[in-house]
Amino acid sequence: MKTASDLMGTDGLDKIDADAKLVEDFSAGAGMASDASKMAGPSRIKIILPPLITFAAFIGIWYLYSGTQYPIAAQRVNSLPFPHEIISNGFRPLWDDLNGFKPILEYMWVTVKVTLIGLAISIVLGIGLAVLMNFSKHLERALFPYAVVLQVTPILAITPLLTQLFGYELGPRLVVIVLIAIFPIITNTLFGLQSTDRLHHDLFTLNHVSRWTRLRKLELPSALPALMTGLRIGSGGAVIGAIVADFFFTQGDKGIGYYIRTRQQKASERPEMFAGTITATMFGVIMFLIVGWITNRAIRNWHESASRRR
Amino acid sequence: MTFADGTHAVDDVSFDVQPGEFVTVVGPSGCGKSTLLRIASGLETNAGGTVTIDRSSIGYVFQDATLLPWRTVERNIELNAELQGMPKAERRAKAKEAIELVHLVGHERKYPKQLSGGMKMRCSLARSLVLNPKVFLFDEPFGALDEITRERLNDELLRLFESEKFAGLFITHSIQEAVYLSTRVIVMSARPGRIIGDYPVPFPFPRQHALRYEPAFAELCGKISADLKDAHS
Repeated sequence: MKTASDLMGTDGLDKIDADAKLVEDFSAGAGMASDASKMAGPSRIKIILPPLITFAAFIGIWYLYSGTQYPIAAQRVNSLPFPHEIISNGFRPLWDDLNGFKPILEYMWVTVKVTLIGLAISIVLGIGLAVLMNFSKHLERALFPYAVVLQVTPILAITPLLTQLFGYELGPRLVVIVLIAIFPIITNTLFGLQSTDRLHHDLFTLNHVSRWTRLRKLELPSALPALMTGLRIGSGGAVIGAIVADFFFTQGDKGIGYYIRTRQQKASERPEMFAGTITATMFGVIMFLIVGWITNRAIRNWHESASRRR
Repeated sequence: MTFADGTHAVDDVSFDVQPGEFVTVVGPSGCGKSTLLRIASGLETNAGGTVTIDRSSIGYVFQDATLLPWRTVERNIELNAELQGMPKAERRAKAKEAIELVHLVGHERKYPKQLSGGMKMRCSLARSLVLNPKVFLFDEPFGALDEITRERLNDELLRLFESEKFAGLFITHSIQEAVYLSTRVIVMSARPGRIIGDYPVPFPFPRQHALRYEPAFAELCGKISADLKDAHS
C-alpha cells in the first residue's frame, strides 16, 4: 500500500528519518513511529548525541571504578576488566575457536533460535487467549487470574518441576520464555480489543456483521498499537527468559546463558563472561529495534503516536 | 422508552417520516433525541412502542465521523458496502461515485488523521451514500464543526437530499440548521422527552444561503426558540 509520503515523492527522505527515528526510539524508549512527510525532524546529530554522551559517561565511570578498585592489572582482568580488555581478551578473533568470538556466536545462535520459537508460541497463544477473553466475559474471569498467577510465579523456584515435566532440553526453555513473554502480550492485546471505540461498534452493528468479521475488521486493527506495545515488552522478556533458561536447562544444544555461566566459574575467564553478556545484550537490543521497526511499518500511517514528539 | 437503570428517556413520542420528507428533531441536551435515532435504527432494542422502518436500507450518520483510522478515505467509504457483502468491483465503482458526490476527489488515498473535521464528515456521509439508503438518520452530525464548515455542509446535504431523494430524520440542537434543512421540525421537551411543537417548513427547494436571513425564516426560528424556552421553565 502506498503511503502519503510515497505519493509526495519523499520516500528517500522518509527512510533516512525512519532510521534516525529508530535510534531516537531506542534512546527514548517509548515512541512508536514517525511521520517524516509532515515536518523535518531534529537533525541526526541531535538524535544521536544524547545517547552517545550517556554511553561515554558510562564507559568513563567503568574505567574509573575498575581502575581504583583493582589497581593491579592481573587482578583487574579477573574481576572487572577494562572495556578494552574485554574486547581484546573476550571477543577474540573468529578463527580462535577455543575462547574466541566464534563459540560465543555459536552459543548465541542457539539462544536466538529458542527465543524466536518461544516468542512465536507466546504471540500465537497470547493473542489467541486475549481474543477468547474478549469474546466472553466468563472466559476472561475464568482465565485472567491465572495469567496473573503464572506471571508472578518465581520461575527459578520451579525449575525442578519444569525438568520433571519437560526434561532438560528445548521443552523447559520454551516454557520459561512463554511464561515470561505471554503476559504482556495477553494484557495489552486484551486492553486494545476492549478499547475499541463504542461508535465504531455501533457502525458495525448497523451492518449486521458476524462476530468474526467484527474481530477481523474492527477489533484487531484497533488493538494493533496496544498489541505491538505488548509484543515489544514480551520480546524483551523472551530474551531474558531464554538466557535464564540456558543457565538451568543445559542438555541438548547449549545456549549463550550456558556459555556465560561456565565462564563465571573461573576468574581467568572473566573477559569471556563479559563478552558473552554483551553479545546477549546486543541480541536483546536488536530484538527491540526489530519490533520497533515492525510497529513503525504497521501503524505509522494512521496512529496518533506517529506524530508525537515533533 | 425507559432504560434498564430507570432513566426515563422518551415518553409518548410518535411521528412518521415519508419519502421525500426531511424531519428534524430539536430539543435541549439530554432530551432523548439521540435515543429516538438509536431506537429507529435498531441499535436500541428494548423500547416500548413500535418502530416501522425499512432497516435493509438505512444510512446512519453519527455525531463523530467514526472513520476507521487505519483505512484510507476510499477504503472507509467502501466499508458499509463491504460489510454487507457487495462485490468488490461494484463497491469500488459506488465508492467512486460517492467520493465525487461529496467532493473528496483527490483525497482518496489519505488517512483520516490527515483530513479536516469537515472532510471527515463528508467521508462519513459518502460511506452511507454508497448503499443508496431510502432512509437517512443523522445524529447531530455537524455539531462539532465550526459555523462556516457547518453551513457549507448544510448546503451539500440539501443538494444530496434533492438528488438522492431519501427520507431524512435529523437530530440537532441548532434551530437555524433545523429550519434550513427540513420540511418539518419537531420540538422536544427536556427529559423525559415529549413532543411540544411540530412545524411544517414551507420554504421551497432548492434553498439558497440567503434564505437564512429572510424574515419568514427568522420568524419560524423564533417560534421554535420560544417553545424550547418554555420547555425549560
